[in-house]
Amino acid sequence: MNALGRSRAELLLELADDELILGWRNSEWTGIAPFLEEDVAFSSIAQNEIGHARALYELAARDLGTDADSLAFDRTLDDYRCAPLVELRRLEWARTIARHWLYETSDAIRLDALKASSDPEVVGLAAKMDREEIYHRMHAEMWLERLLATDEGRRRVEEGVRELWPYALGVLDDELRHRFQAIVRERLPFELPDVEPVPRGHHEAELEELLGEMTVVRRSAPAGAQW
Amino acid sequence: MIFEVFRQERKGQAFMHGGSFHAPNREFADAYAREFYARRGESVALWVVPREEIVEIDEFPDEFDLKYRRVDGYSIKARLKEARERAGTLQG
Repeated sequence: MNALGRSRAELLLELADDELILGWRNSEWTGIAPFLEEDVAFSSIAQNEIGHARALYELAARDLGTDADSLAFDRTLDDYRCAPLVELRRLEWARTIARHWLYETSDAIRLDALKASSDPEVVGLAAKMDREEIYHRMHAEMWLERLLATDEGRRRVEEGVRELWPYALGVLDDELRHRFQAIVRERLPFELPDVEPVPRGHHEAELEELLGEMTVVRRSAPAGAQW
Repeated sequence: MIFEVFRQERKGQAFMHGGSFHAPNREFADAYAREFYARRGESVALWVVPREEIVEIDEFPDEFDLKYRRVDGYSIKARLKEARERAGTLQG
């Protein structure tokens, strides 16, 4: 058990599930992003997130005596530990950017905490992920700035952030959440209410649908199929 | 805005034109250039330049046909042959 009160594998699965499900959601923009350049960039971010998930599952799988694919695809709905924020299906660009920015802001705080942990494998992986996440944060920040620069963009981002706010608060544990709230309130030009977080452990209806689609190939192939 | 990208494949080599893309500003251009021209390890450095910042020159008047200034110069083959004949050193 670590300082956060759960085993290393449990902690890794939370993070891996966040990255996998968000990567999946972000990949839903492939082919339909606002313009071609962004399509490529956002798809690449989605791929990176799924790559992070794989590395995290591999580490967790060693602790649990299984393998990464089994963790990613073979668990039941209730076993997934992702935050409801990443499960939501909001195929609207301002909401996507709002979630992207809120998630990356949380993730930066979480990675900092992991980089300061006493487990060298976790520290190494967190540092490796962070070297890519820097670019995700730059991407999220430049989009936020761009949307906030116009009246319509600002209105849409504000709507999106307000809608996602309770979910965003559910990504981090209590002690880290305060830092997240402070950073968000400092950055955004509108007030956000004190609300109860939507915590991990409960799932949005959209997750079941996503898992069904995500595992369809896995379920159709005989066990042990090699790709 | 349209940005032009110049790629360097290995340290010390000249930058070569790689292509162009649209981006709303320099920050987006930075992000997109990385995705399009460096994600696969195909470049060690990039120059990303707004197209409007590039000075293009494509008219080079040569009214008096000063061929000797051009890289291809002018042909001396015939004159060389004549000179060799005069000197009696023509081969073959």
